[in-house]
This record gives sequence, C-alpha cells and structure tokens, in this order.
Amino acid sequence: MKFAARIIALVTLLTLLTACAPTSNGSTEPPASTYIQNKGSDTIVNLALAWAEAYQSVLPEVRISVTGGGSGTGLTALLSGTVDIANASRKIKDEEIEAAQANGIEPVEHVIARDAIAVIVNPENPIDQLSLEDIARIYRGEVSNWSELGGEDRPIVKLSRETNSGTHVYFLEEVVRLGDPENTEIFSADTLLLPSSEGIISEVADNPNAIGYDGLGYVTAEVKMLAVTASPDQPYVLPSVETVNNGQYPISRDLYMYTRADAPQTVLDYLAWIVSPEAQKIVTRLGFVPILVKTAGK
Amino acid sequence: MDNSNYAQVSKRKAIVGVNLLRLITFITAVPVIGVIVYIIVRGAPALSWEFLTAMPRDGMRAGGIMPAIVGTFYLAIGTAIFSVPLGVAAGIYIAEYASDNRLTRLVRIAIINLAGIPSVVYGLFGLGLFVLFLNFGTSILAASLTLSIMTLPVIISTTEEALRQVPNSFRVVSTSLGGTRWQTVKNITLPQAMPGVVTGIILGLERAVGETAPIMFTGASFFLPMLPQSPMDATMALPYHIFVISTSVPGMPVQIQYGTVLVLLVFVLGMNVIATVIRNRARARRQW
Amino acid sequence: MEMVKGERWITWIIRISGYSSILFVSLILIFLAREGLPALGKVPLGDLFGTRWYPIESYFGIWPLIYGSVLVTVGALLIGIPFGIGTAVYLSELAPAWIKNILKPVIEILAGLPSVVLGFLGIQLVAPSFREFLNLPTGLTAFTGAVLLGFIAIPTIVSISEDALNTVPAMYRQGAMALGANHWQTIWGVTVPAARSGLLTAVMLGVGRAIGETMAVMMVTGNAPVLPSSWNALFLPARTMTATIASEMGEVATGSDHYHVLFFIGIVLFLISLAVNLTASSLALRSKKRAERLLS
Repeated sequence: MKFAARIIALVTLLTLLTACAPTSNGSTEPPASTYIQNKGSDTIVNLALAWAEAYQSVLPEVRISVTGGGSGTGLTALLSGTVDIANASRKIKDEEIEAAQANGIEPVEHVIARDAIAVIVNPENPIDQLSLEDIARIYRGEVSNWSELGGEDRPIVKLSRETNSGTHVYFLEEVVRLGDPENTEIFSADTLLLPSSEGIISEVADNPNAIGYDGLGYVTAEVKMLAVTASPDQPYVLPSVETVNNGQYPISRDLYMYTRADAPQTVLDYLAWIVSPEAQKIVTRLGFVPILVKTAGK
Repeated sequence: MDNSNYAQVSKRKAIVGVNLLRLITFITAVPVIGVIVYIIVRGAPALSWEFLTAMPRDGMRAGGIMPAIVGTFYLAIGTAIFSVPLGVAAGIYIAEYASDNRLTRLVRIAIINLAGIPSVVYGLFGLGLFVLFLNFGTSILAASLTLSIMTLPVIISTTEEALRQVPNSFRVVSTSLGGTRWQTVKNITLPQAMPGVVTGIILGLERAVGETAPIMFTGASFFLPMLPQSPMDATMALPYHIFVISTSVPGMPVQIQYGTVLVLLVFVLGMNVIATVIRNRARARRQW
Repeated sequence: MEMVKGERWITWIIRISGYSSILFVSLILIFLAREGLPALGKVPLGDLFGTRWYPIESYFGIWPLIYGSVLVTVGALLIGIPFGIGTAVYLSELAPAWIKNILKPVIEILAGLPSVVLGFLGIQLVAPSFREFLNLPTGLTAFTGAVLLGFIAIPTIVSISEDALNTVPAMYRQGAMALGANHWQTIWGVTVPAARSGLLTAVMLGVGRAIGETMAVMMVTGNAPVLPSSWNALFLPARTMTATIASEMGEVATGSDHYHVLFFIGIVLFLISLAVNLTASSLALRSKKRAERLLS
C-alpha cells in the first residue's frame, strides 16, 4: 500500500513538474503578443514556416502559427473564422466564397509567390524530356511502360499528391486534361496517391520506375526534372525562375494567401512584409518563384 | 516393425514441428529487437540537450523538438485528467457494485466495443463532437477528450481485473466489521488492487501518447512558433510530428527523423517498463 | 446519517461512471450517423457503392476502399495467424522459463510500438527493400502494409492465444502423454483443438486490430484506390478506408458531400469493428461455458 501511495505521489509530482516547466518558460515572453493563425496548402506550408520564422526578427511581438493540411483545410478554416490567413495553391472556389459570405466574411486574395510544377523521374531513367500530351497519357493510364516513350523496358509507376491538394487539382486541369475545360478525363485509378510532396520525392529518388510531379520548391538533387513542352514543335524547357517568369515553362501557377476583408492591421502588415523584397528572397531560397518581376511588369 | 517405423516417423515429425515453432517464434521476435536496436543506433547521435529543449529552426530541419515533447506531455496529462477518474470509477462499478443483469451486460458490450473502435473513427468522432459541435476548435482540450474516451476501456478493464483478484474474504471481513460498500472499496479492495490499477492507467496512457490518427483532426498542429498557452490552443505532438517530418518536409535530415522516433520510443517503452516493474513488485509483495 | 448521505452520492457517481461507456458508444454512433448518413441523401446509392473513388470529381465509390481494407487485412492474417499462434504455442507449451522471460517483454514492446513508428520504418526500410528483393514496380504495396499490419496484430493474437492455451486443463496433456503421444502430437492432437475457440477469438481480435489500423497503412500502401485486376493484387498499391479518412478528412470543406461520405466510411468501419468484436466476445463466452461444462 505504501508502495502504491509512493507511486501515486511520484506520478503526481512528475505531472506537476512537467505542467509547470513550460509555463515558467512562457512567463519570460512578452505577455501582450499578437497571434496570427496561418493554415492551409501543404505546398506553401514550408514557405509560410520560413516567413513566420523570419518575421520573428522583424516584429518579435507577433507570433505566427503555421499549419498545413491542404488548401481546402485552410480556406474552410478561414470561412468558419478560425484562422486569420488561409494558404492556398489554387484559387478560392465560388462555393467557398458563398459559404464565407454566409458567415459574414469577405475573403480577399493575395498573390504571394509563384510555383512551377516540376515533372520528375529517377536519375537512372534515360528520359530527359516529355511533352504535356505524353505526361497526360501516362497519368490517364494510356501508356504503361517506359519503352513506349523511348525509355527502358520498365513499368511506369505513377505518383501523385492526394486528391484534395491544390497541386493535384492544378495538375489534373492543366496536364491530365491539357487545360481543356470540356475534358473530363481523370487520373488512372492505379496512380499512387501519396499523402505529401516529400513522399513523392523520396519514392522517385528510390524507384527507377517512378514518375511524379511536385512543386519546384520540393525538388531535390536526388531526382531528375524533365524538360517539358506544351507542344512537340516548341522547345522543351526545364523549370526555373527565369523560364517561369518569362512564360516559357508551361506548368506554373500563382500561390495565394486569403484573408478576410476586415483583417486586423497586424495581419495586413504581415502580408505587406511578405511581398517585400526581403521576404521574397526567402521565396527564391526555398525554390519557388518570387512575384516581384510580375508585379513590376504590371 | 511397422509400429516402430510409425514411432520413428512421428518422432521425426515432432522434431521438425518443434523446431518449426522455434523458428516461427524467432522470426517474430528478432525483427522487433532488431528494429529497436536500429532506431537507437540511428537516433542516438541526434540526441542532445538542444534537441530536447530547443524550438525547431530552419523549417524544422534544425534545432530541437521541444514543443512536440511538451505537447505530448500536455495531451497525456489532459487524457489522464478525464480518463483516470472515470475509468477507475467505472472499473469499481463493474467489479464491486454491478449485479449480473441485462444492463451490466450492456455495459460490458459497450466497453468491448469502445476497445475495438478504430483510432481514426475516434478522430472522426472527436471532430464531430468536440471540435465542431461543442466548438472547442482544434485544441488540446478536444484532442485530450478524444484520447480519453479511447483510453477508457483499457483503464476500466485493468481496474476491474485488479479488483477481482482481491480475495473475497477481504470484503467479507470488512462488511462483517460494519463497513459499507464504499468503505470496503476505499479502505480495503482499492488499496489492495492499486498496483494493478496504476499499471492499467500507465498502459492506457502509453497507448494515448503514441496515437496519431485521433489527434490529426482534433488538436495536432504542423508547426507552432511557441508553446500552447491554454487548453484551447492546438499543439505539436511527437507522433504527428514524426508523421510530418517523415512525409512532408523536404530535405529533412534523416538523423533528426530517427532522433524524434527514438524520443517517442523512450516515452512509450519507458511507460511500459514502469508498468511492468510496478506489476512485478506488487506480485512479489502480495501476501494473498 | 451524514456519512450515509455522502455514500449515496459516491455510489451514484460510481454507477454513472459505470454506465458512461454506454453513453460514449451511443455518442460515437450518434455523431457518426449525424455527419455520415446525409451522404446517403446526397450521393445516389449506386454511386456510393460504385467502383471509382475520385472525390474531387464526385466519384464516391467506396468499393475500392473496402476492397483495399479487406486485402490488406487478409494479407496481415496470412502473416499474423501462423506467426502469432505459432509463437503462442511455443511460449505456452514448449519454451523454457528463461526464454519466456525474454520473449514476453519483446511481444509487449511490439504491442507498444506506435503505428506511426512502424509506418516510418516501413517507408525508410521495408518498402525499398521489398521493391528490391521482390522486384516489384514499387515497394508501396498492399503487401508492405500487410506485413506491418501482421506485426501489429501479432501481440494481440499471441496474448489471447496464450491465455486460451493456458486454460486447457493440464490433465488433457497428461492424458495424451500417458497414452504415449509425444509433445508434438499432444500439441496438435489435444491442446490446440481444445483451445480452438479461444484461438479463433484471438484471430478475430487480430482482424479488428488490423482493419482499423491507420497510420502505418497510410504511409506504405501507396493509397491507389484500385479494384483487383489480376492475381498479384497483393503486390500492387491499395487504398484502405482508414487511410482515406486520415488523409482526406483534414482537407475537405465541412458539410460538403465529400465530408459526409468520409463520415459514412467511418460508419462502415464502426459496424465492421462492432461485428468483429461481438463475434470475438461471443466466441470467448462460448468457450468459457464449454470449459466449465467439461470441467464440472
């Protein structure tokens, strides 16, 4: 019995200790910190994270929490009023705008960076370039062996992001359907849907049969990017900051942050900082394409 | 002649069979030991004071995992606050109060069911009830409540079992001295069963600490620049953090991944060891 | 008098706590139904049980997901049953005490490994080596998931099988030995058959454990919602119900068709686990009654 009592005392003590420790840490921080909740696209999450970290040195009293989950998650949270900023790698849908307005929230769009979708294969794969048409045929399941595209005699393993990511939707519309709104083709059912961008990179890096697509920011040296062309009579182009900004690379898109129209000043300040040259340097560092060139051109 | 041949064949069969069972057991056990050793070897170099106590830096690719560790503690404590009193009381009810009627059988079926519901379904339930309906948002509170209900059957059934092991003569003596049912439980049976109850609580919390699916939509966060300030904040947690860094962060150093896995393992297996020690010591000391 | 009053309060608190499990099961069912049943109104039944799962274009066919869960679970059992029951038989009938003292904690460690840790090892080690050694197009397959799930189910199967074997009365074994049976014959001819309903319970609970497992499966099975097209489906990617909920729930708009369908899948999972657990517990009850009858 004494032993049991001692255990309980110990457990209680441990509980109290761990409960107290962080609180005493917290008390050294400025109490009146402002809190910005930022949630959404997994494509943007690492960029948002880097911005949030960097902003700490600009305005230490503003705290920014960053959560991924997907563009849909972020926008849903914005229109139900639980976050300040929703990250999205696609434009907000009409239904989402309506739902937001029903809650008395007017969503405002901010373009914060651009992203190219890189089509990637294993470095062992001898194929260096494909047309959008070829890529579409692969993902629709019409081509199932690399030899049909002039490669080795290997089965093609198709990798994609999960269906709700903005990247997936973009790829569906611009590549699988070749940008044709009338087209109702969808991904072949045996396409592997990986829960994250990183999963695609590591599987492609490991697997000589694989083809995948991912935001330029995720691509590492372990995989090979393909040069892509919209039609075979035009030059094949590798994705890069230049080719995206001069419009040569065919699969690129804007990345967005959405706020409510009546957002607090701290949020607006943060967004103003994000489009500043200083913050856009981080965009380049993470492999995305900064927006400055485009806005200057306007 | 025929007979001895038969005996020889069956003897050979027996030798083959017994060795087969040995082999099967060996194949089951060796990967487990191998995996633990491998994680320790790959993860140990990542461990440092900074790793355990610092905030993550550089998009979580450097620095520490302190917020995930603290968040896991918060969730464990939150889970304990709800599930321990309720689970122990329910265990006492079944072992000491309930008579064998239809309602009691229903309670048992309910507990068996709770134990069998997939963890992701608990996540859905937590999302539906705590996050959306009760409007707790994705928060430590919602996640803890979800984990509590998931942990409940473990605590209830171990409490019940521990109480049932207390010999009936103890109860008879207490009652004959004029003790009421609650006095008997409070002064006699529960103290006697305490090591078993504590073991059950630890095992239940061990499960809660390692779960990912129930907290994914109820309280876990990808990254937070600071520790949660109240139970209504979301939190980082070790299991979800492992999922995040092994699937969603580009260029994540493998060492940090193994290091984080090792920290979670130390938590979980440490609780397991504590539970085993308590159980064995109590068994050795028991006078009945 | 006062004490009696206090006691009445405490008795009520304990009683209500006792009933709370019923409350929670009901709440779970109510909230799954509340969010999941609207799917039946919004998606035609034929579509819901269609063969294509592609929610962003409103293909809500859940057959590929059910099939994926069943495939992975069956694969897990192909591993979990022989290894789980084999280990239990060895531990309870053959192993010397010192081996038991090593093996039991090992099995407990396996039981305690969080599934996200197994999933992590699955991505890092298991999937790449399977692709290499089995010469598969990709290592992210139903088989990889099944192997991890097998190991997740083993501790459940071992501990319940062992209990079942331990309740076989010693006189059964002694009787068999006395009739000249050797160890092996006793095990196969007497002990295992006598414990069969307990072993079946163990397998059922193993099924429950495997079909509800989420993280490990989501991380290694490739998540392609396909229906079987050839005999080697086990060595191709698959997508389970649990993985679908876990990977899509975070991204859907609350109240959308997709949201309701995911909750509907939750109901399907709930009902499966209900059926599995009720079967297991009634089997356990029957074997207990049978043992009592035989012993009396």
